[in-house]
Amino acid sequence: MSFNPAALADEVNAEAQVDEAHAATGRGGLVLRRFLRNKGAIVGLVVVALMFVGAFGSSLFYQWDYVTPDFNALLAPPSTAHWFGTTQDGQDMFALCMRGLQKSLIIGLVGGVLTTAVAAVVGAVAGFYGGWADRVLSWFVDLFLVLPSFLMLSILSPWFKGQTWEILIPLIAAFAWMITARVVRAQTLTLQGREFVSAARFMGVPGWRIILRHILPNIASLLIIDAVLNVAGSVMAEVGLSFFGFGIQPPDVSLGSLIDVGQQDLSAYQWQLIFPCGCLIVLLLAVNAIGDGLRDALDPTSTGAKKRASQAEIEALINEAEAPRGPVPEVVET
Amino acid sequence: MAAYLLRRMINYLFLVIIAASVTYLLAAWVFHPEDNWLAKHPTPPMAAIKTQLLARNEWRGTPIWTRYANWVSGLFHGNLGTEIGGTSVAQDMGRRIGVSTRLLLLATVIGSLGGVVVGVWGAVRQYRLFDRASTGASLLIFAMPVFTLAILLQMFAVWFNDATGTHFLYYVNEVSNPNAPFWSWPDLVDRFEHLILPTASITLGSIAYFSRYQRATMLDVMGSDFLRTARAKGLTKTQAIFRHGARTAIIPVATLLSYSAILLFTGATFTEIIFSWHGMGEWFITSIGQQDVNSVAAVGIFTSILVLLAGLISEVVTVALDPRVRL
Repeated sequence: MSFNPAALADEVNAEAQVDEAHAATGRGGLVLRRFLRNKGAIVGLVVVALMFVGAFGSSLFYQWDYVTPDFNALLAPPSTAHWFGTTQDGQDMFALCMRGLQKSLIIGLVGGVLTTAVAAVVGAVAGFYGGWADRVLSWFVDLFLVLPSFLMLSILSPWFKGQTWEILIPLIAAFAWMITARVVRAQTLTLQGREFVSAARFMGVPGWRIILRHILPNIASLLIIDAVLNVAGSVMAEVGLSFFGFGIQPPDVSLGSLIDVGQQDLSAYQWQLIFPCGCLIVLLLAVNAIGDGLRDALDPTSTGAKKRASQAEIEALINEAEAPRGPVPEVVET
Repeated sequence: MAAYLLRRMINYLFLVIIAASVTYLLAAWVFHPEDNWLAKHPTPPMAAIKTQLLARNEWRGTPIWTRYANWVSGLFHGNLGTEIGGTSVAQDMGRRIGVSTRLLLLATVIGSLGGVVVGVWGAVRQYRLFDRASTGASLLIFAMPVFTLAILLQMFAVWFNDATGTHFLYYVNEVSNPNAPFWSWPDLVDRFEHLILPTASITLGSIAYFSRYQRATMLDVMGSDFLRTARAKGLTKTQAIFRHGARTAIIPVATLLSYSAILLFTGATFTEIIFSWHGMGEWFITSIGQQDVNSVAAVGIFTSILVLLAGLISEVVTVALDPRVRL
């Protein structure tokens, strides 16, 4: 068995907490503390929160909106009046970027969670019921893996062009769930042999409730991490589609369509390119940092969770763990 | 071995046929190729449009299954159909596969080898300078979709050329003078200079991606018993790591490597458009713009064949590397 001082350190801290406060620290509190210890993840969280405020609240304090052009400042460089400069038509780049961020944030959050939800349901059902359900669902997983998602979404683009942009969310999710579903299926298969699942089954609990109450909560860490990574995936998918004009249609804008416009002149007016690219890269960096922090906090075997208990405490625990023990009491098999 | 591979091939072949069919059916269902004629001024009479589309098997009045049957029977005769513009799909495809191959061959090799080497080296020297630098760089690259990376590389090229007063880094097209003889020395140098930036935009992403996986699998192997045994029987650390450790750690990554041929193809779509290479990826995007069912279906077939090849390669690599698979 592998031995991890960092995980042990947390238990030490948790126990110390119990002694001090005389209150039980649940796993949630433990995970939260380990997450808050990760500086990168905190920065990521703050950045995403600021982007939310900027994207949805900037219209309250910022003079320009993304549709009204300023005819006195065509292709103006960044200034105090126009923070990110203006476009050829005099539209304000800051307002445009914030409008694009709104799309990216919504598509990322809803799409990421939706993708993981689909994967969890498909994987758990396939693993739990087995037999025909497993065969049919696994076949669909294989099929969707062979269909390149970007190609399929592009082919469908003439169909969803006339619709509202929200249609992109389920479509992006529909082509991104497969690999997670495979992992969930494998995890479900291992959970299925465990006593608590058998017990629930023998007590006559219906299958869907076992999946919801016993199987999915047991793989929650995996699902949470996966959802965060899928946020980044969904954002990239939408921006890629919009870059080619297959995603969000004018007059509405997305970071992808802004980058497409900005890249058409590389040697001049670079603010048209740098700011949307910057928004996108910072958003994705922040989301990835949150994902890393969550992985370290949720996975006790990860080495990323830094130790905070004093070195002496850890060494004492290690010695205790490695010290030869008395004979293990024999377990009577009934 | 042959029987095993054959069995796997039949499985892949089945999936590939379905993938190609789904591509065709989706395109045939969604696209309205008549828009190309309806957008003309003056608008051609409907009868003329119908004749044109019927000749291309793209007339929406024909039931979709009939069109599909026509397309499949055309395939069996080696006929991929006609583009909206009137040229033969097969002819265009042959030219564009050449362009894509010239773009992707080098990038695939550098990306795969680079990812494996960076990953193994990062794991062997865990938490040292190289490991930290490569981890940081891959996190940054992960946050950049391939087109952002490509555009930033172009900006760098513009700056570099201005600063040095040269034209060393070309950031558009495949070759300066398309009519130059292919195998002359100056032409090869010119082609190489055009390749630098597109190759970089593809390889940086794949190196970052593969190296993370390779590092993780290599770290698992580093603590394993068989590596200690290899050391105990007298191999040096380097020999043990490369002959026993890396060989085992590459197996799961090899599957990923071969399947990323597909990912690379989609990634190359962005690269081709941004660097103006007239390959398969660019063809796909322009065909969708023209709602050209036959061309899009041809890209679908091409991608499916890539999946087939990738599956075959990954099986062969697994068999060759994994001592547990003995056939």
